[in-house]
Amino acid sequence: MLKIKNIETAYGNLKVLRRISMHVDPGEIVTIIGANGAGKTTLLHTICGLLKPRAGEMVLQGNDLCRLSPEKIVKLGCSLVPEGRQVFATMNVRENLILGAYVRYKKDKKKALAELDKIFALFPVLKERENQLAGTLSGGEQQMLAMGRSLMAKPALIMMDEPSTGLAPLIVKNIFEIIVKLKESGNTVLLVEQNAKAALAIADRGYVLETGKIIVQGPAEDLLANNDVQRAYLGREAV
Amino acid sequence: MSLELFSQYLFAGISYGIIYAIVAIGFNIIYNTTGVINFAQGEFLMLGGMIAITCNQFMPLPAAIILAVLLTMLIGAAIEMIFIRWLDNPSVLRVIIITIGISILIREVALHIWGENVRALPYFYGNEITSVNILGANVSPQIFFVIGLCSIIVIILSLFFHYTSTGMEMRACASNRRAATLCGINAKNMVTLSFMLSAGIGALAGAVMSPITYTQYDIGTGLAIKGFTVAIFGGLGNSFAAVVAGLLLGIIEAFSISVVPLAYQDAISIAILLLILFIRPHGILGSKDTASLKEF
Repeated sequence: MLKIKNIETAYGNLKVLRRISMHVDPGEIVTIIGANGAGKTTLLHTICGLLKPRAGEMVLQGNDLCRLSPEKIVKLGCSLVPEGRQVFATMNVRENLILGAYVRYKKDKKKALAELDKIFALFPVLKERENQLAGTLSGGEQQMLAMGRSLMAKPALIMMDEPSTGLAPLIVKNIFEIIVKLKESGNTVLLVEQNAKAALAIADRGYVLETGKIIVQGPAEDLLANNDVQRAYLGREAV
Repeated sequence: MSLELFSQYLFAGISYGIIYAIVAIGFNIIYNTTGVINFAQGEFLMLGGMIAITCNQFMPLPAAIILAVLLTMLIGAAIEMIFIRWLDNPSVLRVIIITIGISILIREVALHIWGENVRALPYFYGNEITSVNILGANVSPQIFFVIGLCSIIVIILSLFFHYTSTGMEMRACASNRRAATLCGINAKNMVTLSFMLSAGIGALAGAVMSPITYTQYDIGTGLAIKGFTVAIFGGLGNSFAAVVAGLLLGIIEAFSISVVPLAYQDAISIAILLLILFIRPHGILGSKDTASLKEF
């Protein structure tokens, strides 16, 4: 579905991503883990077009992404749930969700509303808050709203940037359960997380990013068992 | 105060108040999309009036006004494209300063084109001395054109921003530009559109008010200050609140003449602006919830 080859991204002279290659296949959850400043967010922003790569190739379902604007990339079916939620704080929950659907259903109100019902079924709490301003929701509810908004566009690939940041453990568990549910209903998820243990527990495959390079990759179980990964990201000493 | 004098002041206040409200609505449209205040808003009114007066020499009044509105919309779009569109992630302050520069530029260009003469469109119905007697006051029919126009603008705008997809997209851009981009909205086009829209509304108001208030190259600044006061007074971003606040300010100003000398009229609006900013920065009708969620 998504294939990335030798991507390099830089802020000015500072190279953040060095020759990153990875792929995501349809129907899987792929996670990218790594410490602060490893380049995880930069990688997602490069994929969704907010940053332009210096070199390399990115192909989503046969479409070259390198030169497209973020709006075009969303239209191709690659949606980002940004870090820190970024909901439309001054608009209500319903408006936030409907805006998410405009990419696909701007002309077709009925389909957008059908999609809205699906999202409300997935996140019942959003239904209760339908007419409340998004900025007044709790962190967990905002995260669900941001996920719901991205899902409204029925993306082929949904990318999530640190969905667990700043949330209580119970809510984090809830969010991860929803991600698994998304996979079960046929979605493809690229998940970036600092909470490596939780991410690897639900993912099919994982990549470990360190200072802009992928140092380890493989099936999630292998990564969980990998000594280096355990020491560096799971807070466990190798036995 | 006699009833006659009272209603005379009242109607003068209402007609000026409506004009202030329209300027404030122009501020609100651009604020709602970009989160910035466009201080060239008053100049759009001046352009609308001036262009309509010039066109009226060659064509009938309605055609002249429509042409003036369209031309001013084009000018608004051109301004946005030339001065603002290409900026990469500009700060709010930077854009505001650019708009102040643009307002000075437009004023100087207008001075070159039209000179310092005071001009006016003919009255839409009757002439300067045609009047309707209401509660003992003599009211020009032109005032009803201004009031009717304003009501239509407010209703259409509020429907537009809440129920059309383009309107919602414009609000989304104001709320969170990056998130709007991630929803597939072309934020730059929305900004251009908001400049066109507020230029058009400003021009329409400028043309309709010109028989009563007259038009000169430099009326924009004063209108912008009053309009800004009204926008803040009512609560930034809220068109309905702008009308209420505009009427209030217009009426306060009109009645103030009976208490303090005419020269202090402008000081009153500034005093109200300061008072509101100190006591109720989200405006008389603005919601505190919404205000606290906005950056500016």
